[in-house]
Amino acid sequence: MQLWLIPVFPFVGFALNGLFGRKLPKRAIDVIAVGSVLLSFLWVLKTLNALGVFAGGNALETAYVEHYFTWIQSGTLNVSIDLSVDRLTAVMLMVVTGVGFLIHVYSVGYMAHEGGYYRFFSYLNLFMFFMLVLVLGANFLLLFVGWEGVGLCSYLLIGFYFLEKFATDAGNKAFIVNRIGDFGFSLAIFLVGIHFGSLDFGRVFGQIRDMPVEASPGWITAISLLLLVGAIGKSAQIPLYVWLPDAMAGPTPVSALIHAATMVTAGVYMVARSSQIYLHSTFALDIVAIVGLTTAFFAATIGLAQNDIKKVFAYSTVSQLGYMFVGLGTGAFSAGIFHLMTHAFFKALLFLGAGSVIHALSGEQDLRHMGGLRKQIPITFWTLMCAGVAIAGVPPFSGFHSKDEILAAAYHHAPWMYWVGVLTAFMTAFYVFRALFLCFFGEYRGEHHPHESPVVMWGPLAVLAALSLAGGYINVPRFLEPMFPLAEGGGDQWLVYVSVAAGLGGIALAYLFYVASPKLADSFANAFHALYSLIYNKYFVDELYDATVVRPVVDGSRTLLWRGVDVGVIDGAVNGIGHRARGIGGVLRLAQSGYIRNYAAWMVAGAILVIAMIGLAGGAR
Amino acid sequence: MPPLPQSVPISWYLTLSAILFGLGVAGFLYRRNIITVFMSIELMLNAVNLSFVTFSYKLKQVDGHIFSFFVMVVAAAEAAVGLAIILTVFKNRQTLEIDEVSSLRN
Repeated sequence: MQLWLIPVFPFVGFALNGLFGRKLPKRAIDVIAVGSVLLSFLWVLKTLNALGVFAGGNALETAYVEHYFTWIQSGTLNVSIDLSVDRLTAVMLMVVTGVGFLIHVYSVGYMAHEGGYYRFFSYLNLFMFFMLVLVLGANFLLLFVGWEGVGLCSYLLIGFYFLEKFATDAGNKAFIVNRIGDFGFSLAIFLVGIHFGSLDFGRVFGQIRDMPVEASPGWITAISLLLLVGAIGKSAQIPLYVWLPDAMAGPTPVSALIHAATMVTAGVYMVARSSQIYLHSTFALDIVAIVGLTTAFFAATIGLAQNDIKKVFAYSTVSQLGYMFVGLGTGAFSAGIFHLMTHAFFKALLFLGAGSVIHALSGEQDLRHMGGLRKQIPITFWTLMCAGVAIAGVPPFSGFHSKDEILAAAYHHAPWMYWVGVLTAFMTAFYVFRALFLCFFGEYRGEHHPHESPVVMWGPLAVLAALSLAGGYINVPRFLEPMFPLAEGGGDQWLVYVSVAAGLGGIALAYLFYVASPKLADSFANAFHALYSLIYNKYFVDELYDATVVRPVVDGSRTLLWRGVDVGVIDGAVNGIGHRARGIGGVLRLAQSGYIRNYAAWMVAGAILVIAMIGLAGGAR
Repeated sequence: MPPLPQSVPISWYLTLSAILFGLGVAGFLYRRNIITVFMSIELMLNAVNLSFVTFSYKLKQVDGHIFSFFVMVVAAAEAAVGLAIILTVFKNRQTLEIDEVSSLRN
């Protein structure tokens, strides 16, 4: 089936553009970058078709694995380069290559006037390669390779405008915060290797499936929690979410592809992939749900008061990822993956649409300087509205279906989780439509001359808009049923009504505040000034981390490690040795008189000394 | 090889060799004229040659003879090079005083 071709196509694109892109004309770079992802997408379609996925029925109920070669052989541990496809991977492959292709097309238009054009596309292709390795890898280590690779590409692309200090800082922040998560993930991999003697998904999950759930040892909980630490870092959950809003310093297509649709969902994918482990630890599963719910709620509140259009959507991403974790944590793994897919559609669309707005306004990102744009850029307006109704959970659009699944699962797990989820859904609808109303309604408050984006940009927007509207009818939970059994129960009709009402209420409130009577929002903000400034400043979490973690580490490094250890001990030792050598040399130098007869005298003295010593030792034998 | 008559004991040869070598060392250390120093070196070489031949004779082995020929060849080559150097030194500095040829100092 040649699964390896799927990731290798973008890798070839990366190599060609990375090595020769500087000399290639722009059209050639476009063809290589977009073409390689298109080939990859087509190959995914061909492969899945050959495996019978599109024909329905019970195709691919067990994973299809291709073995290539043994990578690491150490003692009893045997790690191979294996790629595998099962139903979960099939969904991920479609999302990654499909949305990835659309975003590549969009980037051709968005990046047209930017420097480093070839660099951008080679990084983007490299990202696709690693992301596909991540979802195709058939063991934990290969997953980890993709995991680290996408982190690297994320870093490179956040810092794409590397002449700007804030962009490189944001890149560093993303990379360093992710290290914390990756540390947990690697510990989890070690534990899996120790206890299962293998890193292969098939063998590990096969072994754990045969264990009785009631008598799960503590180390399974440890593995689950450490895997969760990794997922928290990558998928930007509390307390490690701080890197994602800053990651918006990268170009907007990057925000759409990496920091909304694909990479940040890797944590969700990983937890879903390890569902067998989590099902053996209800404690870890509860932690997943609580982390997700807290993140969803708090990120949504922060999103209420942001003025940068990309920041609003960034906090929205954090919040929606929290939703996915709620789905996973309440045992509805398929609902989490379902939301992952619909979120990829509408959030990529929101970001690309925001990019189109920013493009139209020549780089303006502040919502306070937008307004009234629906006449000037109608296509962007209508596609963004599609994304808005999708994320707000208005039936029958895509977000409604997936969010409904998650909320139903949350209700069956614990009713209070459902109510927090509904409140979050209300806020989600509010802040998304707040951004859209501020952007497209009212009077124009900026100084630029808006212009509609070219077709290469709005084409992908239109496709994504269609997917956002209709994507809910792709019945992912049913498709994933062989892997994740559907939750029993469900069907409480009033749950749906409440969550839909919350979404519509949020939209209505946003309309009231920002279109019908714009004064109301300001007076509201003034009335609750303390609360408003708390969420406007993002709960001061960045400041808190700065004071408790960053500053002590930096100061400790400066005073203790730099001035103390480095200058005092290491430099002191090196310089001391040099100084000593000079002193000794200064003494020895006196022997070098320059007179031949002096040297001869030394030689004679030496010879006499040697002879005397031999004589004392009893003569030569 | 017919045995030598019991005439000169071997220690005499060695003593002579040691005396010659000592003279060579003394000349090398105390004379200032380069030519004389050079001659002292030759004297030392030949003193060593003498002990080689003596031991070769005493131990009835040919190695000592071969060594002495080697030394002679090396001494000849050294004389050629050394004299050439001395000649050049004299041409450049108009002196054969060894302590004045000390520009490597400092």
